[in-house]
Amino acid sequence: MLAFTLRRAIQAMGVMIAVGIIAFSMFRFAGDPVNQMVAIDTSAAERAAIRQSLGLNDPVPVQFVHYFANAAQFKFGVSYQFRQPVADLLKERMPATLELAICATIFAMVFGILMGVYSALRRDTLLAKIFQAVSLIGISLPTFLIGILLIYLFAVTLGWLPSFGRGEVVRLGWWTTGLLTVSGLKALIMPSITLGLFQMTLIMRLVRAEMLEVLRTDYIRFARARGLTTRAIHFGHALKNTLVPVITVAGLQFGSVIAFAIITETVFQWPGMGLLFVQAVQNVDIPIMAAYLLMVSLIFVTINLVVDILYTVVDPRLRSTISRPG
Amino acid sequence: MTAPVLSVRNLKVEFVTRHHTLRAIDGVSFDIAKGEVLGVVGESGAGKSVTGLAVIGLIDPPGRIAGGEIYLSGMRIDHLPPEEIRRIRGKRIGMIFQDPLTSLNPLYRIGDQIIETIRTHSNLSESAARKRAIDLLAEVGIPAPEKRIDAYPHEFSGGMRQRVVIALAICAGPELIIADEPTTALDVSVQAQIISLIKRLGRDHGTAVMLVTHDMGVIAETSDRVAVMYSGRIAEIGPVQDVVQNPLHPYAKGLMGAIPTLAGEDKRLVQIPGSMPRLSAIPPGCSFNPRCAFAFDRCRVERPEPIPHGTQAVACHLYDPAAKENVKETAA
Repeated sequence: MLAFTLRRAIQAMGVMIAVGIIAFSMFRFAGDPVNQMVAIDTSAAERAAIRQSLGLNDPVPVQFVHYFANAAQFKFGVSYQFRQPVADLLKERMPATLELAICATIFAMVFGILMGVYSALRRDTLLAKIFQAVSLIGISLPTFLIGILLIYLFAVTLGWLPSFGRGEVVRLGWWTTGLLTVSGLKALIMPSITLGLFQMTLIMRLVRAEMLEVLRTDYIRFARARGLTTRAIHFGHALKNTLVPVITVAGLQFGSVIAFAIITETVFQWPGMGLLFVQAVQNVDIPIMAAYLLMVSLIFVTINLVVDILYTVVDPRLRSTISRPG
Repeated sequence: MTAPVLSVRNLKVEFVTRHHTLRAIDGVSFDIAKGEVLGVVGESGAGKSVTGLAVIGLIDPPGRIAGGEIYLSGMRIDHLPPEEIRRIRGKRIGMIFQDPLTSLNPLYRIGDQIIETIRTHSNLSESAARKRAIDLLAEVGIPAPEKRIDAYPHEFSGGMRQRVVIALAICAGPELIIADEPTTALDVSVQAQIISLIKRLGRDHGTAVMLVTHDMGVIAETSDRVAVMYSGRIAEIGPVQDVVQNPLHPYAKGLMGAIPTLAGEDKRLVQIPGSMPRLSAIPPGCSFNPRCAFAFDRCRVERPEPIPHGTQAVACHLYDPAAKENVKETAA
């Protein structure tokens, strides 16, 4: 088990180094960084001095090692547009994005699993068919459109929910949270639904398909022949077997939720990392873009690792094949 | 005399499809007494498994019991609401399925599955149920049961898993065990062990056993009586030695003739011409008539009812004492 975790961790390191190379090469291919930092009338001598002080005259591999070593300590350099360390900017924006992503994922998991189980067990009811239809909409409608439709309905027409921003936030150390104020919670509702709807429909369809599959298996028939209650069969035996693929998808989707938050954050002017990234792209603020890339891939890689480990917790068959490889 | 453990009267099972209604079981009647093993044989699709599933109330839509009665120790169980038949399942009727590799939920320890079943059907505490589970595992011949109880299904071999399945089937002390091809998925050496285990359990607890199989060898070794099924009907039923040594129904004759014997000379095995009719195209009269060498006019019109003949009962017009004398009159 330890060897397995270690092996996966080393693989994850490999992925991070590869992403680091890509992030690093952005600096080199998106123009001369010195030009981005200086005014037009800066003299050539000053430019050379800056170049020297930034270490841009070192050989490329050395520069990369420097960059990566700094990035590993969360030093991503200084933003061109804000003149602030990128790490501080990200740290300031991260709570907003993480809270949004977590709320969206919880929303997606809870409703996705409930709707999926219901539509598998009561396949022929009207409600199950409605769920199926809704899930089709959720899968095919683009996120920004859903966001705009929600804003039109609940913010503009009904005026129940705010159309943008996080509402009032409470500061807990460096973390700012919108979960403790009414306006913060109200502001979370629409962005969470917008961001989580695709995941919800995905999970719902997955749970439904898996559940139908599991209900046909011999061990479910045998469980019925043993006279277990319907509840024990559906929620004890069938659902647990359904959850293995759901964990993978939901876990991997959490990474995309954070990455896709860019669109939702833009629609709702949510002050998170995604919005920061969009602004950075508009202003060719490479340090932020590179740092964002590294952050998102770190999150993905970490989630992958956690999902792999979670698998073994749910499925005992994997546990023994891992402890006895081959 | 007390009521038989299982009594099936004129059972009919239908499967409703979009185009027509298929009758998988058509008027099957039999009894199983306490401690008796009834073997049910027949080709694939003869309705053996469906009969077993009907008894335990596990016919799923689009299938349904279309007629007849099923009595468990004198109590009618075929019309019970789902919740009541659920209480009988596992408690008074245990079932063993064909494939032990897929019968157990892979994500739960076998002990948890046994304890869950015991506690569903009794008021035992967790620890008492666990103790009972260990005793059961020992009874079905699992070595070191107090250790193996915490193992997962994938940690057992096929034969051992079938023993666990049997432990699960008998954990509430059922009156009747329905074993649906319990040895088909196992290799031959393990088959013999499982057969003798089922036989021993039936003897020790006085449990009635309905043993569904297509393996005549298994039947001959285990059963007290045997029912030969053909396209949803019982062709012949009787004590196992009589049916094996002196089959009456032309189909049963063909079936017994198709068993290779060690003593027999090097001659070709008898083969029944043709194949069993599809459910959508069962011929009128006796369903075996197109393949029967002895078929006469009456067989093509009138369906034979079971006729007692010695210790056996046979559904064949050839054995109708009244008809034998008046074949002409009946035909006229």
